[in-house]
Amino acid sequence: MFDFLDSGQYDVLGAFWVTVQLTLYSAVGSLIWGVLLAGMRVSPVPLMRAFGTAYVNTVRNTPLTLLVLGCSLGLYQTLGINLGGDTSKEAGFRLAVLGLIAYTGTFVCEALRSGINTVPVGQAEAARALGLSFFQVLRLIVLPQAFRAVIGPLANVLIALTKNTTVAATIGVAEAALLMKEMLENEADALFAVFGVFALGFVLLTLPTGLLLGWVAKRVAVKR
Amino acid sequence: MSSILYDTPGPKAKVRNWIYTGVFLVLVALALWWVLARMAEKNQLDADKWTPFITDSQIWTTFLLPGLGETLKAGLIAMVIALPLGAILGIARLSDHAWVRVPVGALVEFFRAIPVLILMIFSSALYVLLGTVSSDLRPLYAVVTGLVLYNASVIAEIVRAGILSLPRGQADAAKAIGMRKGQTMMYVLVPQAVTAMLPALVSQLVVILKDTALGGAFLGFADLMSMNRQIAANYSNTIATMVVIALIYIAVNFTLTTLASWLERRLRQSKRGTGAVVEGDVAEVDAGGAAGVGKAP
Repeated sequence: MFDFLDSGQYDVLGAFWVTVQLTLYSAVGSLIWGVLLAGMRVSPVPLMRAFGTAYVNTVRNTPLTLLVLGCSLGLYQTLGINLGGDTSKEAGFRLAVLGLIAYTGTFVCEALRSGINTVPVGQAEAARALGLSFFQVLRLIVLPQAFRAVIGPLANVLIALTKNTTVAATIGVAEAALLMKEMLENEADALFAVFGVFALGFVLLTLPTGLLLGWVAKRVAVKR
Repeated sequence: MSSILYDTPGPKAKVRNWIYTGVFLVLVALALWWVLARMAEKNQLDADKWTPFITDSQIWTTFLLPGLGETLKAGLIAMVIALPLGAILGIARLSDHAWVRVPVGALVEFFRAIPVLILMIFSSALYVLLGTVSSDLRPLYAVVTGLVLYNASVIAEIVRAGILSLPRGQADAAKAIGMRKGQTMMYVLVPQAVTAMLPALVSQLVVILKDTALGGAFLGFADLMSMNRQIAANYSNTIATMVVIALIYIAVNFTLTTLASWLERRLRQSKRGTGAVVEGDVAEVDAGGAAGVGKAP
């Protein structure tokens, strides 16, 4: 039943490795971009706040598929903006990462912002009353509590990101979903076996992440 | 205004804010200028790429509106099927009997862990194998099946969170007046949970509508997303088309998002309700347990 795995014709592990790479690069990128966006959304400068809000509301309501396709068709093929990949395969990978970062960054931003909102204002007021400076308040009082509050939501963002990497298949990045489509076209009789293999792959990728980070989130949560 | 991070600005802080505003404005303007220059270089700003959307009504009647219709159709069908299915799964997951609770829990967690595109590809191949669906309807069926499998399990979690978010006294009171378990669920918990869940369900509709685009780009579903290829082929205006399509998606989804947060605010303020609300945003990101669901704001 699973003889299609032994035939050596399909590199299932390789495809999942691309999925993992997409996830890791996009996770790092969207964490950075998300922190920047969150910084803008809570900053005292009205223009930055407006930009952050507008960006988050726009990008969150756009399908990820459209963003990734826009990176490929719009940026790469029409405008000729190359992100430094030598082959079109590499370029596709980088464009997909760009699209994923632009999209996932908004969710990271919203998670962080809600984390900052969980810290009661009284804490900062008390800290200021003790004579702590702005950066001391931020470093000692607000951020430690905010970060501990957002580990759970960020874990969910990471899991959603892992699943969202399949969208890269629409621009031909050789990750799990694309290989699955190819395999199903060739091995239609092994439909359920092929599905099982890929389903299991994603369960193995997302389940430990959820369990581990869920456990961490519960341990470090600030009890109020 | 004062927030946790900064006080009401004084004279010095106001000057600083103006400087930051200026620097930020320059950066944004530079980025915008670079993009526009790049687009002008490739003739993407030419009037004939953009005016068809205003002057040529056919672009709307032949492509965009039918595409939007297919998108909404797939989204609504998926929602209408996934909603009762999700409600049943969610309630079954709260069952007192382990032989109901455990398999349903495993089913829900399984389908939530799998990307919706994988489910769509699988359903598409399944319909080919079964041969019962005509090939022109197959993309729609595949998209709806994938969406239903995934979203029913997400809705199951929303339902569960909605019921768990109700004050314990509600179930206790029902027990006290002698209601059976099923009656408690049907007459007391579910009706209240439905109101608590409304914002999350409206948000979930946004997620579904966004996910239909996968079918358009990958499975040959003739939705709004897929129209970008057809319009660009006719008018050779890739970027303009993508921008217009994105704006339509944003307009529809933004309306739904706004409706969801308006509902959420209304439910929180209403005196008659229990004050239990499942927040809209959690559904989109929620994939690893209902830990973030229904917690205090």
